Amino acid sequence: MQLTLWTYEGPPHVGAMRVATAMEKVHYVLHAPQGDTYADLLFTMIERLQKRPPVTYTTFQARDLGGDTAELFKTAAREAFERFKPQAMLVGASCTAELIQDDPGGLCKALNLPVPVVALELPAYQRKENWGASETFYQLVRNLAKPATPPSENTETKKPRCNILGPTALGFRHRDDLQEIRTLLGQMGVELNVVAPLSATPEDLGRLANADFNVVLYPEIANLTAQWLQRTFGQPFTKTIPIGTGATRAFIREVATLAGLDAEAALAQAASRAAWYARSVDSTYLTGKRVFVFGDATHAVAAAKVANEEMGFTVVGIGTYSREFAREVRDAAKLYGVEPLISDDYLEVEARIAELQPELVLGTQMERHIAKRLGVPCAVISAPVHVQDFPARYSPQMGFEGANVLFDTWVHPLMMGLEEHLIGMFRGDSEFHEDAAPSHLGGGVMQESPSTNSLSPAPASDTVTVSVVTAASWNPEAEKELKKIPFFVRGKARRNTERYAVDHGLALITVETLYDAKAHFGR
Amino acid sequence: MNAVAIPIRAVPTGGCSDAPVLRERGQHEVFCGLTGIIWLHRKIQDAFFLVVGSRTCAHLIQSAAGVMIFAEPRFATAIIDERDLAGLADANTELDRVVQQLLARRPEIKLLFLVGSCPSEVIKLDLARAAARLSTTFSPSVRVLNYSGSGIETTFTQGEDACLASMVPGLPVSAPHAPAELLVVGALADVVEDQFLRLFKQMGVERVRFFPPRRASDMAPVGPNTHMLLAQPFLADTARALQARGATLLAAPFPLGVEGTTLWLQAAARAFGIDEAAFDAAVAPATQRAKAALARARLALEGKSIFFFPDSQLEIPLARFLARELGMRLLEVGTPYLHRQNLAQELALLPEGTFLSEGQHVEKQLERCRAAQPDIVVCGLGLANPLESEGMTTKWAIELVFTPIQGFDQAADLAELFTRPLLRRMRLAA
Repeated sequence: MQLTLWTYEGPPHVGAMRVATAMEKVHYVLHAPQGDTYADLLFTMIERLQKRPPVTYTTFQARDLGGDTAELFKTAAREAFERFKPQAMLVGASCTAELIQDDPGGLCKALNLPVPVVALELPAYQRKENWGASETFYQLVRNLAKPATPPSENTETKKPRCNILGPTALGFRHRDDLQEIRTLLGQMGVELNVVAPLSATPEDLGRLANADFNVVLYPEIANLTAQWLQRTFGQPFTKTIPIGTGATRAFIREVATLAGLDAEAALAQAASRAAWYARSVDSTYLTGKRVFVFGDATHAVAAAKVANEEMGFTVVGIGTYSREFAREVRDAAKLYGVEPLISDDYLEVEARIAELQPELVLGTQMERHIAKRLGVPCAVISAPVHVQDFPARYSPQMGFEGANVLFDTWVHPLMMGLEEHLIGMFRGDSEFHEDAAPSHLGGGVMQESPSTNSLSPAPASDTVTVSVVTAASWNPEAEKELKKIPFFVRGKARRNTERYAVDHGLALITVETLYDAKAHFGR
Repeated sequence: MNAVAIPIRAVPTGGCSDAPVLRERGQHEVFCGLTGIIWLHRKIQDAFFLVVGSRTCAHLIQSAAGVMIFAEPRFATAIIDERDLAGLADANTELDRVVQQLLARRPEIKLLFLVGSCPSEVIKLDLARAAARLSTTFSPSVRVLNYSGSGIETTFTQGEDACLASMVPGLPVSAPHAPAELLVVGALADVVEDQFLRLFKQMGVERVRFFPPRRASDMAPVGPNTHMLLAQPFLADTARALQARGATLLAAPFPLGVEGTTLWLQAAARAFGIDEAAFDAAVAPATQRAKAALARARLALEGKSIFFFPDSQLEIPLARFLARELGMRLLEVGTPYLHRQNLAQELALLPEGTFLSEGQHVEKQLERCRAAQPDIVVCGLGLANPLESEGMTTKWAIELVFTPIQGFDQAADLAELFTRPLLRRMRLAA
């Protein structure tokens, strides 16, 4: 048993729903009790899809358990087929139905439906959402993909063809990433065979083998399938995730090699505003900002690389909740000389962030929440998704436009470069100080903000320092000196000094302690 | 259908008292009882809710709560994993460890609920025994209770019923010959409780308690001196448990709208022997205010048709309010479970011929809804946007549970929950 406050991933059948909902003409019959229909609202409220997920729930109750839940399943499956007329059906069990062992696959076989029925075995007490999506996609492809059909007559003009694998419903910016990469491949002269799961029909999955290679956008979801397609039909697949300017360029080269095209033309016309903005003098202040990165493995590894190579940040921590891809994150952590955090325990992630005191957190909506509490700026880079992760505007993470989006999204939570200098310069000016209300609100002195102390991390009961001194107090001179430090770094200075005092067994913080701490933590 | 029983007191007749009900079986597009934790943990401020369940349970509460609302929530899930399924003795040890870990983190917690789920019910994990064992371990600082919020046994608001019923045996016994006391049963927003408290006081009912209390240490005593008013329609088990402790149930409709609130308060006034004049004087100002405010809403809603999908068991009192005070036409009133006895007063007030349905076959109900072409549909979050995109106007039902809607001063707020979607559609079309 694991104590869980918030979860990063849903159960595996939600992963299956992400695949089914992304596709067309598929229906998923889920053996599940009342209440499991909550999952519909993920799609209709968070992603704001205009249609219900193509899922039928059997809704068994306690009184059915003594009776015939199997019959209930068969009725639901038969009715769903007649009502929705899918090209293929998925059948499976949610966590509770797994315990009653009705074997949806076997039951459905007995119905003799005239379409392919794919039975899903998704162990709910062992696996999670992304694994469920990956397994569902793999089972669908294994059951539906057919050998390549002979190429059509006009072979002499035949362009290289690829499939794009990975985008699903409820994915973090999948909709826009797909558009970005589709356009990029088109510009390179690569023809698109099938995109899956998003927008694919079961018939489309049948002709996956007609492509020359596969582009994998989200390994968590599509790697298993791409490996099978490689073994079965000899299709190679891309390994580079085109997040960031550098990775997008590397992706173009990789695709060009697989497609037998010249990469230079595509690279020559590639323009990234983000790359220039990062070099512009205003960005000087970004140098060495300490960032903590957490998310699914793919996005975390990609974000750390962009942070380090394209923004000039210092990666002080990296982690993932995707245990299946822990190796990739461990390898990345080695590059930055940090300890990887492989955990889906929200409390553990919070403790690590509090301990590392980064200046920016790149994480999920959970870390945004943690960062807010700790008073650290944060940008969201990965699922689990939130309604804000489905913006009305075009906002990819991948490709050159994606790189521009990353630059804006990561830099906006921070104070801008020139702003930082000006505030330093005018510090103490009668109208321009932290207690002055904004001029458009009439100026004047604001109430002393009570939030100064709430900036310090919530007392974590599990970080016990073995020392007599557990809290240090400030003498008036030191308190006064602290006020001279620009307010946007004052919280950090206060925290560092207090930590330094506690670590060194000092009960009273003097001006000396303040500067000792500054020297100690400063680099 | 009509059970022939010897009437102990006048059973209301007329309206929909004997109306037929369409009972359906099929996919239920409703939440399970675990969802109640979202408002219950805000209500009882030193209680913690530990669901013993699966990752699905944790994901459900998190999603239904709108994801990560507040800092550290006072609810969590002990997620059962494969090792627990291997042997039950092990699961109990694991549960003890998790509770230990939780209480060490949250020393301010005074009342801990172990909340059963579908998986814990199916594997027959005995949470009652676990609660008793843990209560002994952590006594006197923490009391541990248990109830089931599982979807195989409870629908949405029934979770609150199960939670409150689990607290009843622990309520203190009222002193012999204690003066009569009013107990208002069902979670209400604090602001609504305070309003009711003032009204009761003005009419001369001084001894009023609320259940659940805001703090675990503030449990109302119960005995033959207790007169209880149900503030929510879904509390059948709690009412039965309190009756078994000697409390008397006051028959009344529910305090939605001016009419419902008046009759509800009146039931208490009568039980406490308050004369009509004192009652009228106490409720007159609030009644006037509410009526004036509702008159404005009536302009927007009168003659408009409405269709209820089943959700919270509040559907019948809501339909009664919308039909009688705002002039709306009821096309179908679906409810997950129709408790005829607790809703007798409500059914009597519902316009004769109202189409009632209980349970759900969501696909068939959607067909009826599309055919009926209602002006507004009340439904769950899974259906609302798809119906909007089909061109229907919807009101998500869950808001009716999370928003303070009871009492005179909330009557107009309640009406506004229905006028706003219509107004919005009009504005966006313009």
